[in-house]
Amino acid sequence: MKNYKGVLVYIEQRNQVIHNVGIELLGEGKKLAEKLGVPLMACVIGYQMDDVVHKIQAYGPDLIYKVDDLFLKTYVNEPYTKALSTVINKVKPEIVLIGATSLGRDLAPRVSSRLHTGLTADCTQLDIDDDRQLLMTRPAFGGNLMATIICPNHRPQMSSVRPGVMIKPEKNNNSHSTVIEVNVLLDEKDMNVEVLEEVKEEHAKINIEEANVLISAGRGIGSKENMKYIETLANLLTGEVSGTRAVVENGWLDKERQVGQTGKTVRPDLYFACGISGAIQHVSGMEDSNLVIAINKNPSAAIFEVSDIGIVGDGSKVIPALIKELENIRK
Amino acid sequence: MKIVVCVKQVPNTADVRIDQTTGTMIREGVESIINPDDLGGLEAALRIKDQHKAEVIALSMGPLQADGALRECLAMGADRAILVSDRAFAGADTWATSYVLAKAIEKIDPDLIIAGRQAIDGDTAQVGPQIAEHLHLPSVAYVNQIKYDKQHFIVKRMFEDGYQKVKVKTPCLITVLKEINQPRYMRVQRIYNAFREGLVEVWDNSNLKIEQENLGLKGSPTRVKKSYTKGVKTAGKVFDVNPKEAVQIIVDKLKESYIL
Repeated sequence: MKNYKGVLVYIEQRNQVIHNVGIELLGEGKKLAEKLGVPLMACVIGYQMDDVVHKIQAYGPDLIYKVDDLFLKTYVNEPYTKALSTVINKVKPEIVLIGATSLGRDLAPRVSSRLHTGLTADCTQLDIDDDRQLLMTRPAFGGNLMATIICPNHRPQMSSVRPGVMIKPEKNNNSHSTVIEVNVLLDEKDMNVEVLEEVKEEHAKINIEEANVLISAGRGIGSKENMKYIETLANLLTGEVSGTRAVVENGWLDKERQVGQTGKTVRPDLYFACGISGAIQHVSGMEDSNLVIAINKNPSAAIFEVSDIGIVGDGSKVIPALIKELENIRK
Repeated sequence: MKIVVCVKQVPNTADVRIDQTTGTMIREGVESIINPDDLGGLEAALRIKDQHKAEVIALSMGPLQADGALRECLAMGADRAILVSDRAFAGADTWATSYVLAKAIEKIDPDLIIAGRQAIDGDTAQVGPQIAEHLHLPSVAYVNQIKYDKQHFIVKRMFEDGYQKVKVKTPCLITVLKEINQPRYMRVQRIYNAFREGLVEVWDNSNLKIEQENLGLKGSPTRVKKSYTKGVKTAGKVFDVNPKEAVQIIVDKLKESYIL
């Protein structure tokens, strides 16, 4: 176990586009690496990865391990599992962080089983304890319970981490990383499934019941035009747009995004209610949300009774100001 | 063709409430259901059976009470139901759970294994791919369409921003989303048959003969150090402030809640 040293972050990319979560994890990984006094490393797997490697240097990894091979052009589980396992076996990091995306949650379990080590899914908080162990905290039971998991006797300690939770680090164009190319023996046998086609859908079908963040609009937002602020806010908080029945009936929003008795029941981590009065039919569909923030002009609006934070005010002023502030933070 | 469907009995987490005075989770009176993604997996297997010749075997690991879920699988149309249950399996994390299930599946020797993407109580999405890894089988996760076509399956593998059409040969493992289909109802005659005694086979470790060091808590690389509820929801605060202050209050709260 003592031979394992350093924090390794898997940089998810598809078609040479880097997923944000990899950058977020470089920020979080740096904090953990500094606490432990060990290097931060990144692992890039794909085909023609020079550009990806170049881009992530600015986010501070000391070392970048690159596996570049034609067999890794599109995501197929086995060659990616083989590549990442090979890198981990060579580098022996004490911690491996992977984004909890639909790709990461397919890759991470196979890698952890191949290495016979522990893996904690979809973490929202990471820390180091006095014994230099990784504390991995995650929600369970539909968000009703939080559990802190450790991996005492196996290395590396592996964690998949929920996208949008960790903070993206500052970009530093003067930052330089040592790039190490790792050769992995890949052949036709590793391509144990065949990708016939890969399709990008601009508007992948959404399910607001599964969103971690919902920005929800009520009649009080005033007009269909103001929905664009709601959408921008949802994008900034990696969430989805939802709304009340009134908004759907006004034709400002699709029916599949309606929350409430005649719509869907949701319990996201954040329910952000804009211009929603809080009729019981609506509240019954969202009252179990973890954090509720509401903005309404009317100080006696019923929505405030189920809110953690209520803002009495004009949404058309507060929301654009909030968007501006979040854009500053994201930069 | 032999199809194993992995099924987990779970508490209906939508019914779980937090006790407002103690801040603990109330599990009493919460009904047990078949995990929704697994139910989609069973229906997918039954549809393959409807069109081609197939034997569908529902497999679960859990305490003896979990046989209720397996009887429902029989009532929906599964041909066999196997419950893997042993006190030595208790406390298993996803590694140790998938190891036991893999050993059971090895004995059945199926052409296709279908598992739900994730269970609503643990939400890990790990056990399916880990079973495939223990068995050295190809796997495709996050599937919402399966077509059978002479010795292989064409499946639709979903990503956040699109999908892949993937061709996979048998034997293989697929994890499915509940959106894959609308599960059928149980048939009355089958419910009657399924709830008679003795239809669910129970396998313990005398059947599987797994080394002790890979079982249960001992065989689990991870440990729960502590667990807690997020506590009782206190009455919220309402602020009547200017937009600038409002933004600061919101941003602070988002940071405090790890959303930012």
